[in-house]
Amino acid sequence: MLKVGVVIFPGSNCDLDAIRAVETVMNVKAVPLWHQDNTIDTDAVILPGGFSYGDYLRPGAIASHSPIMQAVKIYASNGGPVIGICNGFQILTESGLLPGTLLRNTTTRFISRDVSLLVTSNQTPFTKGFAVGQKVTFPIAHKDGNYQADPSTLQTLQENNQIVFQYVENPNGSLHDIAGISNKERNVVGLMPHPERALSDWTRTSDGVPLFQSLLSHLEAHV
Amino acid sequence: MFKVTINVDPKKDILDPQGKTVQHALLNLGFLHTEQVRIGKHIVIQLQVDSKEEAHAMGVKMCQDLLANPLTEEYSVEVEPC
Repeated sequence: MLKVGVVIFPGSNCDLDAIRAVETVMNVKAVPLWHQDNTIDTDAVILPGGFSYGDYLRPGAIASHSPIMQAVKIYASNGGPVIGICNGFQILTESGLLPGTLLRNTTTRFISRDVSLLVTSNQTPFTKGFAVGQKVTFPIAHKDGNYQADPSTLQTLQENNQIVFQYVENPNGSLHDIAGISNKERNVVGLMPHPERALSDWTRTSDGVPLFQSLLSHLEAHV
Repeated sequence: MFKVTINVDPKKDILDPQGKTVQHALLNLGFLHTEQVRIGKHIVIQLQVDSKEEAHAMGVKMCQDLLANPLTEEYSVEVEPC
């Protein structure tokens, strides 16, 4: 039976949304993984949003050194699917699993609203169910979502088709309107917007559903 | 015992929106000569090690491993006995 791990750090606050997405959309077992765990026995891993360790020092910096992240690094290097949402994306860049970094929004404000995104790669386990060029609406809720990377990193991202989501209207100053990227191998994806909060009519948008369906069909085909 | 003082600052070519906002606030308060504001972090660590050199090397390693993000930040390490 398929299982999806959801990592919980002190200060995570979207872990229950992620667990609910796994259980309701994918209809598979969600396994909470505590930050001090050092083994992973699941078929995919979600790093949820929130403020791990209070965002002390830099968002994601302390979480990236936790025992579970050492296990996630090994898991990802063996090809395991990993997605980091919001703070999870920040943890992935701090861990070196994804290139670049997420700086303070250029507006310096915390932005919480729905945004329109362009799907720019459907070659990841999480975006197979989308069409390239498709527009989706996910909420964002962050103060440090301004994606930045040096010119050679941006060029590599573009050449390898590693940019997965772009903002239609850039809310936070991100380089090249980047909202989400993958690693070169495409099994690790990070994005600032929240697909797990976009699953039904009462959340105004259900555009996040295909992301979890994509993961389910990927796992059914590969596990 | 040594006192290690570490300053972590945004690199010069990195936009510092926090610094910019504080600059605007200072200008609004009448500090009209405020040309630029950059905001970083000031970290003070007490280390129980034998030598100043050892304390300095450890401070640098701390910056590399955790305290600074090499992509966007630069750091300085100063050591004094305490």
